[in-house]
Amino acid sequence: MQGNRVIGEAAIRAGCRFYAGYPITPQNELTEYMAENLRKVEGGTFIQAESEIAAINMVLGASAAGARAMTSSSSPGISLKQEGISALAADELPAVIVNIMRGGPGLGNILPAQGDYFQATRGGGHGDYRTIVLAPASVQELADLTMDAFDLADRYRTPVMILADAMIGQMMEPLVFKKPEPRQYDDGYILRGAGQGRSRFIRGLILDAIRMEEHNWKLYRKYQVITKKEVRHETFKTDDADVLIVAYGTAARIAKGAIKRCREMGIRVGLIRPITLWPYPADVIKRFSEKVETFIVFEMSTGQMLEDVRLALGGAGIIHFYGRPGGVIPTPVELARFIEHHTKNSWDRGSQ
Amino acid sequence: MMKSKINVYQKIFGRPQYLKENIFHYCAGCGHSIAHRLIAEVIEELNIRDRTIGVPPAGCAVLAYNYFDIDMLESMHGRGCAVATGVKRTLPDRIVFSYQGDGDLAAIGTAETFHAANRGENITVLFINNAVYGMTGGQMAPTTLLGQFSTTSRPTRDALLDGYPIRMSEILSHLEGTRYIERCAVNTPSNIVKAKRAIKKAFRYQMDDVGFTMVELLSQCPTNWKMTPIDACRWVDETMAKAFPLGVIKDVRIKG
Repeated sequence: MQGNRVIGEAAIRAGCRFYAGYPITPQNELTEYMAENLRKVEGGTFIQAESEIAAINMVLGASAAGARAMTSSSSPGISLKQEGISALAADELPAVIVNIMRGGPGLGNILPAQGDYFQATRGGGHGDYRTIVLAPASVQELADLTMDAFDLADRYRTPVMILADAMIGQMMEPLVFKKPEPRQYDDGYILRGAGQGRSRFIRGLILDAIRMEEHNWKLYRKYQVITKKEVRHETFKTDDADVLIVAYGTAARIAKGAIKRCREMGIRVGLIRPITLWPYPADVIKRFSEKVETFIVFEMSTGQMLEDVRLALGGAGIIHFYGRPGGVIPTPVELARFIEHHTKNSWDRGSQ
Repeated sequence: MMKSKINVYQKIFGRPQYLKENIFHYCAGCGHSIAHRLIAEVIEELNIRDRTIGVPPAGCAVLAYNYFDIDMLESMHGRGCAVATGVKRTLPDRIVFSYQGDGDLAAIGTAETFHAANRGENITVLFINNAVYGMTGGQMAPTTLLGQFSTTSRPTRDALLDGYPIRMSEILSHLEGTRYIERCAVNTPSNIVKAKRAIKKAFRYQMDDVGFTMVELLSQCPTNWKMTPIDACRWVDETMAKAFPLGVIKDVRIKG
């Protein structure tokens, strides 16, 4: 099944009953899948919105009214959604946002890239908030993480972003849908009309500075809990590694190919693959620096996650960065060559 | 001596049941408080407080949830109709309304308003048109009249430089998705009575699943118009209503 369509199916299975989106390549198959299938499900609503801004605000309304709600887009469209993502964070409302990244900045192109890392992991919109960011590296993981995204959004009542790229969105792979977890959450915040009880409101406007500050610290404390509990990563051939690649998503897949080649050349390379980009597995990387000196940060950008690796290492180790932005899909061969060039062993063999 | 028919102990006027006992922050002579009151009265008379969800805007009415005793969900500037769409589609048996100013509805939120109307969303929009950005201090609104002063149309709005005032009600009436649109005013007792009737009708249509309804209320803003409240009420009739004629603009009671 194709990646984009898998997200749609996983979302519906996870109980997503509201989707609003606007066409943009390379994620259109997801919007089309939801159009075709969500309306068949009882209580399912699909709306093709007039813009990404409208779509995210519809999601906000649906979320406040109790629906598991999702929207999706690709890089330029995600920029438009930032207003609503900020509002969701402020209002403490759950929602899932999918970004199938393409080359940028500006209109860029429609090819796979990882240039939205800063935007995704630093909040993206205005104000003091964070967004949980999940970075799948396979179609199977797209399915699993889509389901998990809804659970995380409910658990912490916060927007969760799935950050993949055109490669993962477009590729086809076999997969098994896991059984979704039953929706467990405190639904007290949902607005259904006041009934016979007290009326309530959901808002992000807090004019009083002290109260606004308290709300900021409240969000901060929530983010601290998320940072403590929800970090996810994968390690690959790290046990005997002298060199560690740090890469996520499509880049991590390419890295695995490069690792195979490097090992054939006698360079013991491993991989740390962050699955959550926020919260970032900084402690994991830091721990590895006790036994590994050389780190290769590999991204399909000019170096964004690189900053998180630097922060994690805090001056320990040596970092080399290899990046191919703009929609270029790097090959395992070129990455292996880069690693070979930057490891001590390469000098012995006299290669460049 | 003739006995008076009026029982002096009978309460004939008071706070609507579903307005909270908070003091309005609105300026003296502002139309918002009247509009709030009318909506609260209609909710009470239709007995729908239990299932009504309101979407207040960014702007002067951003604190509407401090006044309405109903569930409310804040919207970012201009997105009221999109937010209301999300709520209504999720809870179709609830009564959902957005309350939006002219900048909110006819400038930054034009697309959201236009397309919610075009989809025929079964929501009610209360559109407060006071021809100016009130909260931010009197800048030019999309509905500012030609020749009207604002802090960003100097000396006054000039069609060549600033474009023309937008008549959203007329524009939306051309969309097939809209069912009922009326322009009223809250500047005189008779206009206020008519405005309440229109709001009630719009909510009734929504309760009957008729589709998109909007009531535009010409509303006085003495502070930013730099007028006394009385002069502001007069200006609504004498000047504003010339550019924005009062009355029913569309009424098609076809069940959506």
